[in-house]
Amino acid sequence: MSAKRITIFAGHYGSGKTNVAVNYALLLSKEGKKVSLSDLDIVNPYFRSKDSEKILDDAGIRFISSEYANSNVDMPALPADAYSVTADKERFAVVDVGGDDRGALALGRYVPDIVAENDYEMLFVINKFRPLTRDAKSAVEVMREIEEAAKMRFTAIVNNSNIGELTKAEDVLSSVSYANEVAQITGLPIKMTSVHFDLEKELSGKIKNLFPIKLYIRQTWKAE
Amino acid sequence: MSDKVLMKGNEALAEAAIMAGCRHYFGYPITPQTEVAAYMSKRMPKIDGVFLQAESEIAAINMVIGVAATGKRVMTSSSSPGISLKSEGISYLAGCDLPALIVNVQRGGPGLGGIQPSQADYSQATRGAGHGDFHLLVFAPASVQEMVNLTFKAFDLAEKYRMPAMILSDGTMGQMMEPVSLEQGEINEHDKSWALTGTKCERKPNIVNSLCLQPEALEKLNIERYERYKMVEANEAMYEEYRMEDAEVCIVAFGVAARVSQNAIDKAREQGIKVGMIRPITLWPFPKKALLDAADKVKAFVSVELSMGQMIEDIELATRCKKPVLLCSRVGGMIHTTDDVLSKIKEANEIGGAN
Repeated sequence: MSAKRITIFAGHYGSGKTNVAVNYALLLSKEGKKVSLSDLDIVNPYFRSKDSEKILDDAGIRFISSEYANSNVDMPALPADAYSVTADKERFAVVDVGGDDRGALALGRYVPDIVAENDYEMLFVINKFRPLTRDAKSAVEVMREIEEAAKMRFTAIVNNSNIGELTKAEDVLSSVSYANEVAQITGLPIKMTSVHFDLEKELSGKIKNLFPIKLYIRQTWKAE
Repeated sequence: MSDKVLMKGNEALAEAAIMAGCRHYFGYPITPQTEVAAYMSKRMPKIDGVFLQAESEIAAINMVIGVAATGKRVMTSSSSPGISLKSEGISYLAGCDLPALIVNVQRGGPGLGGIQPSQADYSQATRGAGHGDFHLLVFAPASVQEMVNLTFKAFDLAEKYRMPAMILSDGTMGQMMEPVSLEQGEINEHDKSWALTGTKCERKPNIVNSLCLQPEALEKLNIERYERYKMVEANEAMYEEYRMEDAEVCIVAFGVAARVSQNAIDKAREQGIKVGMIRPITLWPFPKKALLDAADKVKAFVSVELSMGQMIEDIELATRCKKPVLLCSRVGGMIHTTDDVLSKIKEANEIGGAN
């Protein structure tokens, strides 16, 4: 997949940004690139990219996250290391931003440097099975709120439409027109449609730019 | 295409409350329940409802009392420390015989504790979270779908019995995302002739108050209220049995602990251990009869809880200590692993052998 040096994942709360970002970082790393993943989420208390720290470590990906992530305090703090997103130009930086406009506020301080370097993609992650972004119009509304808070414009869309483990190929197929509509209203291209690995075979050839992903979020209540 | 959507437990609960006719939400942010307020702040203005972030938890619960007195569906939500702050108001709701929904998405305690999941407010919730003789209806969802279904139930029974109801959830239930079907639940009409809606000079004024000048009258009110509680205990206990047909060990667990226990039961069954679960869905009223009946069939119980041994007392009381009850406990924001529960099942299977 063609990648800019900085790739920012933002979107509606619970759209699946974190998991797509982790998978994307792993993909870049597999392609032989030097990669970092920065957790800028100041909104979500649980189920963060910190869950995937070991997997990222094992893949040689530099993981940057608040020391409070997954701890017992809810501290909307950003790690000083996050400045390496723009300072360390040797690495491909994947940035996981918190949900909605509230989450996107955290991005603001890095924006001038990101824009100055001008080698970035800002991806809007959408999921039509999230109740507040079920139609394209509501998704675009959320998108504009995020852009306003982040002081930055999106450059492409990631269609991550899923209903968790119940997701069937037909659900993903049914989301194509939704994603196309978001693309049409905003004039942005669809960079990829992320689907669980299990659905890759069934959907290959039917959807352009399919991005097969795994679920890396820790679900302690599930059978081991 | 699926008719389900993907939601966090907190969001699903908020949407269900709206679907159940709640148009008044008063709250104050605290992790891990903030999504309830965040969701309400986005939705309420679009449906002509009220979302109000109060200056404190105490202010929020008093606003709840105000709306509840008019007979309208109203709610607040918080997490453990915030519920302690609301407890005075909850007692006032009970003293005024007002229906309302209070949501507690529990976190680790005591004190400020931590933001990770817990069930250590069990005793607080089931003994009436405040001063005086009273009970709350207490519901314990174990899935995002139950966050929806029990919200409808909580509003309904609160109105039916004119008493506050609590959804006692935990951080995991609030934060986890699961597919959920947002089906319209039942909305029953209950008598609201007591509500403060304005007399229009056509009737005598109603009075909603928890102050009673005469001790005789206050005693009478307390006794009448407990007659109502007896009806609730007789009619409204909810629970679910899992693989109890031939079980010799019975796990009792609710919420996220029940989810982990279910996996442990499946694993133990593969190893030939006959174990099942009685999962209380209402914690008050507690499913006493189901447990007492089970006590004649099983050789031991295991209370799996994210607390230091709170529900275990209710199990011992319900079963009249007929069989040993073991405690399987994780606290401080930690959740049991399947193996934590499995090893306790094995222990119960062995020591319970004396029968």
